[in-house]
Amino acid sequence: MSDFLMPSLGADMDSGRLVEWKVQPGDRVSKGQVIASVETAKAVMDVEVFEDGVVEALYVTEDTDVDVGTPLARIGDGSGMGQAASGGGAEYGPKPEPATPTAPEAAQTEPDRVPPEPASPPASDKRSAGERVPASPAARRKAREEGIPLSQLRGSGPDGAIVLRDLQGTQPTSPKTRPTAGFDPAQMRAAIAAAMSRSKREIPHYYLATTVDLHAAEQWLADYNEHEPPENRLLLSALFMKATALALARYSELNGHYGEDGFVAATQVNLGMAVHLRGGGLVAPAIMDADTLTLPELMHQLRDLVRRARGGGLRLSEMTGGTATVTALGDRGVDTVYGVIYPPQVAMIGIGRARRQPLAVEDGIAVRLAVDLSLAADHRVCDGHLGALFLNEIEQLLQQPEAL
Amino acid sequence: MNRDELRKAVLEELTGIAPDIDLASFDDNANLQDEYDLDSMDALTLAERVHKRLGVNIPDQDYARMHCIAELLDYLEKRV
Repeated sequence: MSDFLMPSLGADMDSGRLVEWKVQPGDRVSKGQVIASVETAKAVMDVEVFEDGVVEALYVTEDTDVDVGTPLARIGDGSGMGQAASGGGAEYGPKPEPATPTAPEAAQTEPDRVPPEPASPPASDKRSAGERVPASPAARRKAREEGIPLSQLRGSGPDGAIVLRDLQGTQPTSPKTRPTAGFDPAQMRAAIAAAMSRSKREIPHYYLATTVDLHAAEQWLADYNEHEPPENRLLLSALFMKATALALARYSELNGHYGEDGFVAATQVNLGMAVHLRGGGLVAPAIMDADTLTLPELMHQLRDLVRRARGGGLRLSEMTGGTATVTALGDRGVDTVYGVIYPPQVAMIGIGRARRQPLAVEDGIAVRLAVDLSLAADHRVCDGHLGALFLNEIEQLLQQPEAL
Repeated sequence: MNRDELRKAVLEELTGIAPDIDLASFDDNANLQDEYDLDSMDALTLAERVHKRLGVNIPDQDYARMHCIAELLDYLEKRV
């Protein structure tokens, strides 16, 4: 039996708001399962549990601000059901009996709960642990984005649950231009300010850059994309990410976290990608084990990550698990971008605008597609010599795109 | 499908990607990247949505030559 604590939310974020429980006491959970949604200044993120077990108690109610490290729930083998909370905070409603196969009481009462009573849960309600309106996660997210109370909707899903189609035709109460779920520009700016101030205060950055010939990559990509429909096409970004991930796997001094005990190299490459949010702001979720993915797999994950970064649904593990990050401002027309390292990481790789320019090729000059790659790295961990080898490794990998 | 209907469909898909774009003042001839801040991923997503909605699979080479909605509509008008 153990308490599940509010996990770290990323650099310089000390608390988050628990906005939704996705489990109830008595639910069996397995490692990696999403059990709650937490909102920070940067995003609403899905929080995963780290162990297998049974949810014995929820200590915190929805829409509560919670500091990092605060017990959120008790996970055990089920024998602790009904015991008093061992952690801080009040129990989340009355303790239900352990579920038995012959007593599907909650399930039977569920259809009667639609449309549900608004707010103020009666203390004696059997479903008080699940007092929230039954709804699919997608519907819940959309309702929250559009500011529509679920209690005002009639569910058409299983057991009367509200599903996405029930939200169609409803009037959002917030302006249409609202950029993304749980994202307040002023708070976002404050979160970026805190993380970047810490970075520049603590990390002695060194910077390197090099121009890379993309002729081979461009040709290979054009051939690959020629007969593919848009949904299967690759972007140059996928090639950059893969080459970077492979190089990070080789140069472990650039891949890991710098903590209180100094640098610890990571055993896997979780490559973060800075995603610009329309309306201002930035998040840097990571693609796990990026070095082991094929290009189509990596591209699929890139699309998915960008979509979720802008529309909601990032996982906390993606937001805090990055071991190095790539920033690509290139599309917006700068030749070179020098990054600011995202603590506790130790390297930020910058990708500029791919553009045609004269390059020396063998004995002549050719006009080639080329890009400036840069590296900002932590001088406490490695020196420029290693950084140069690393950038050259990426360059070499991009000369053989078929091998990526 | 006439051009107005095409335009409506394409702009709906565009605002699905970039909800902050104000359609009331939308300029069909403005560069999508420079004026509306669409990056390469957004542009690819637009091609994907157009393919799904209108059934037109624009080859990568053709798509790379389009920079504004007017050019995209010219292309689609001949194929829808």
